[in-house]
This record gives sequence, structure tokens and C-alpha cells, in this order.
Amino acid sequence: MIKIANTQFWVHDQDEALQFYTKTLGWEVKADVTMEAWNFRWLCVGPAGADSPGLVLMPVPGPPMLDTEASSTLSDLVAKGAGGTLFLETDDCQAAYDDLSARGVKFDNPPTAQPYGVDTGFRDPSGNNIRLTQLLEFDPARGT
Amino acid sequence: MAHVPLARHLLRAKDLADARYAEPLTVQDLAAAAGLSPAHFSRQFKRTFGESPHQYLLTRRLERAAALLRTTDWSVADICFAVGAGSVGSFTVSFGRIFGRSPQAYRAQYPPAEWQVHIPRCIAQAYARPQNRTFREDPATPASLGCSE
Repeated sequence: MIKIANTQFWVHDQDEALQFYTKTLGWEVKADVTMEAWNFRWLCVGPAGADSPGLVLMPVPGPPMLDTEASSTLSDLVAKGAGGTLFLETDDCQAAYDDLSARGVKFDNPPTAQPYGVDTGFRDPSGNNIRLTQLLEFDPARGT
Repeated sequence: MAHVPLARHLLRAKDLADARYAEPLTVQDLAAAAGLSPAHFSRQFKRTFGESPHQYLLTRRLERAAALLRTTDWSVADICFAVGAGSVGSFTVSFGRIFGRSPQAYRAQYPPAEWQVHIPRCIAQAYARPQNRTFREDPATPASLGCSE
């Protein structure tokens, strides 16, 4: 059996990202270790109590991992929202929206009915896209 | 309107403690989440879950602190405040009462955090590579010749 252990976002500032994912979203730190010799920090977060893959928040690398131009391009792409998307599920989209709005999350749109359920979304401080969906149970009469 | 068992109200308070333990939650906050007066709430919570709400919140914070001691290189003080404990002194005393040793001694029982987090080989290969790679191949940067160690 193979399962997804962790997934990853590029972020512009790990401290800022840590603040957002823990203080604003209320997630937990799964790991935070700095390897001084490598100038590298492994920072992994995830929803509290959930037995789900962690989200590794990795800084946009510079030389020698990426040359300066590529690093700048990647940083810009993340800022433009082209960095990637994390798809979250909830059993109550409206309640999650209300709760997270009160905690300071700026949503792109209010919970909106879709053929598959109720859906909303927001971005992390770097521009990474996060979708939050309450799935509808399959209804043969509806055909979806 | 359907009857909602008391335990369901109490569970809301327990869920709140699990989700928001890092914030300055009090038993009053938990009682409000259950929609009960604090005194009635505390009695019913203990009857239902076997421990007082204060004890539950404290042990949730200590359990999370223990996890952070194993999986991060944060200082004890940082961990103390990250889990919502009020002061390092009382946190250390409570931790010792539950785990039988100080936070530092607890951490020392486990391998270092960098062994715990399984940093993937590709990351190690990318970041652990020495950054000075000229090896006298680039005459334009004589100052960077040699090993940086």
C-alpha cells in the first residue's frame, strides 16, 4: 500500500506561513527542525488532530538549489497564485467559513453550491490556493 | 425540536478544548460552548468523561507539548506558550507531574527531532551539498576558492 505522507507548498516567509497556518487557521505543527549546517528548516503543519498528510512549508530556494533568475521566477509564480492548490474537505462548509472568517481568513468567495457540494476558498500569505469543500453524498436521482 | 442529549453539548466543549487548546481558553469558555453554567458544566463533564474540564484542557496541552518536544527543536519556553500554557514554571511542574520528568529530560529520551521528521533524501541531497562548488574552475571568483569550512 502506498499513501501520501506529506505534500508541499513553496512559501515566501516560513515564519509568516507558520503564523498563518497555526494562529489563523488553527492547525498544528507536525515538525519544525532547523538544520543549521544546511541552512534549511523543515516545517510541517496539518489540521489539529487529523490523521492526514502534512503540509510542508518550504521556502523558495535560492542558489545553489535554484539560480537567482529561476528562484525569482518561482517566487513570482507563487505570488501570482500559480504555486499550487490544497484541497480540504469539511463536513460543514458554512460553519468552517464562519469560524475561519472570525479568525481573520479572507475568503475569495462565500460558500457556494456546486454540483458536487458546497465550496469556498482562500489563499495563504504567499498566494497558495486552498479550497474548502463540503461534499454532497451521491444521489442517483441527481446524477452526480 | 429533537431532543439533544446532554453528552452532545458536553462534546462540543471537549471538541473546543481539542481545537483551541493553544488559546487562552478557560473552563468558562468551555461551559459557554456547552451552553451550561460553569458549575453545572464541570460536574456533568466529569461525570461524562471521567475528568474535570480543567484537567482535560491541561492534559491536552501537555500531550501536545510532548509531541512538540519530540518533533521540533523549539525551546521549552516556546513550546509552553505554543500550547497555551500560562507560565514556564507552572508548565514545567505540571509536565513533571504527568510525565514523571522535566520537559528537557523527556526530550532527551527520544532521538533528536531531525531524526524524527524523516527529512527526505532528495532534500538532504539538495541542501546538504556544499555551497562553494567552484573548485578553482571559475577564475572570476578567486575569493571563493577552497573549502568554506
